Amino acid sequence: MAVNSVGPPMGLLAELTHRCPLHCPYCSNPLELIGRSDELDTDAWRDVLTQARELGVLQVHLSGGEPLARPDLPELVSHAADLGCYVNLVTSGLGLTAERMDDLAERGLAHVQLSVQAASEQTANRIAGTRAHQHKLRAAELVRQSGLPLSVNVVLHRANHDELPEIIALAEQMQADRLELANTQYYGWALRNRDALMPTREQLSAAEPVVRAAKERLRGRMEIVYVVNDYFDAYPKPCMHGWGARQFTVAPDGAVLPCPAATAITSLRLENVRDRSLREIWYESAAFNAFRGEDWMPEPCRSCDLRGQDFGGCRCQAFLITGDAAATDPVCSKSPHRPLVDEILAGTERPEFAMRGRA
Amino acid sequence: MTKRPALRRGVRLTYDDVRQTHVVLFPEGVLVPNSTATAVLQRCDGESTVNQIVEALAQRYAGVRKEDVESVLDRFAQRRVIEWR
Ligand SMILES: C[S@@+](CC[C@H](N)C(=O)[O-])C[C@H]1O[C@@H](n2cnc3c(N)ncnc32)[C@H](O)[C@@H]1O
Ligand code: SF4
Ligand code: SF4
Repeated sequence: MAVNSVGPPMGLLAELTHRCPLHCPYCSNPLELIGRSDELDTDAWRDVLTQARELGVLQVHLSGGEPLARPDLPELVSHAADLGCYVNLVTSGLGLTAERMDDLAERGLAHVQLSVQAASEQTANRIAGTRAHQHKLRAAELVRQSGLPLSVNVVLHRANHDELPEIIALAEQMQADRLELANTQYYGWALRNRDALMPTREQLSAAEPVVRAAKERLRGRMEIVYVVNDYFDAYPKPCMHGWGARQFTVAPDGAVLPCPAATAITSLRLENVRDRSLREIWYESAAFNAFRGEDWMPEPCRSCDLRGQDFGGCRCQAFLITGDAAATDPVCSKSPHRPLVDEILAGTERPEFAMRGRA
Repeated sequence: MTKRPALRRGVRLTYDDVRQTHVVLFPEGVLVPNSTATAVLQRCDGESTVNQIVEALAQRYAGVRKEDVESVLDRFAQRRVIEWR
């Protein structure tokens, strides 16, 4: 694909802050978090949203860290909604009150994605590293009362996989429109805990029929999306809709990332909204053009029929496992690096996980 | 045929000035419907039946066929853009 055939972006993931009251061992945010004093201020975020809409963005995900930790969240919701964007709040639910929920809905918030750690309060609080579970039950009620659609997101790993049937029941009880069951992706803090988080093959095979039956039973009422981790697959998950094709991320300090995990690729020169316009960064920066199209692809991808579907897999995963961001995703059975992944899967060491912000 | 299609909760049909086209915004993402699909969606108000939608469209456009409208609606139902009331 030539650079001038790049289309406008559809989505913006705005990571308003890295601050967060939870300590999830599976957190995909980077090891080194950005501190409050380095966060973009309200005016800078408003400008990011304005530029993003002018560039073509229609969907804005306000996330973090915990976006509710930003006192200017209501103002940013208003601004994005007034620009005509579909505004999604991605939250742990901590800090959500009836007043805040009503206010955000009135300002034009379109959708809430609430994360839950497990089904039982005890497991959930152990994973969150704090007493979060009751707040989440309450948060789900508040979203329901506001009339906004609710998605529940649960990140799955060895410590909560066995609760899958109860997790589905909990989401039903919460009257979620949608339940996203996402097996842990190993980026950021989660990568550090990989051995502790990796589910067993037994857990994964037990999950499949449970998910299938629930999908069938709840059809039309609650949509269930089950996302696997591709370490266990023969082919990699696609790189989003392609690198620099549909969506980008702005980190709390204004760094613009082609993929939320891209800070991991230390060889990538990231640019910042403080220095350059979003339009220039999207269309012209080296980081966004690095893996667009197919010219960068090595063999076996270059001549593989699947390259238009998975785009050669994940660049961040390639870098984290092989040290080369332009390598074929090592998860792929055709990759010369696949033995590295098999070695990880064969590992028998099962340590306790290290809590985010507590290690 | 008395089923009445409506946009699901959280689904918005709006006009995008940047792309100069109608777009469907919903939790799962963004769709860019063609002009026929847009005309159908604009009439999914939870009140009109499929027959009424077909009639309304036939008054404005030539060659409207019920099968086409139904297949557009089926596709949107599958993608969770509309629901049946
Ligand atoms: C980084 S969090 C930020 C928002 C908020 N703190 C929360 O956790 O809901 C964004 C979303 O990514 C999910 N997530 C976090 N770590 C993940 C991982 N390693 N793999 C897959 N999803 C993850 C969370 O459950 C949440 O839905
Ligand atoms: S995944 Fe957990 S620790 Fe990470 S930002 Fe979300 S709530 Fe906080
Ligand atoms: S060789 Fe490359 S394009 Fe083919 S399946 Fe593997 S990662 Fe995908």
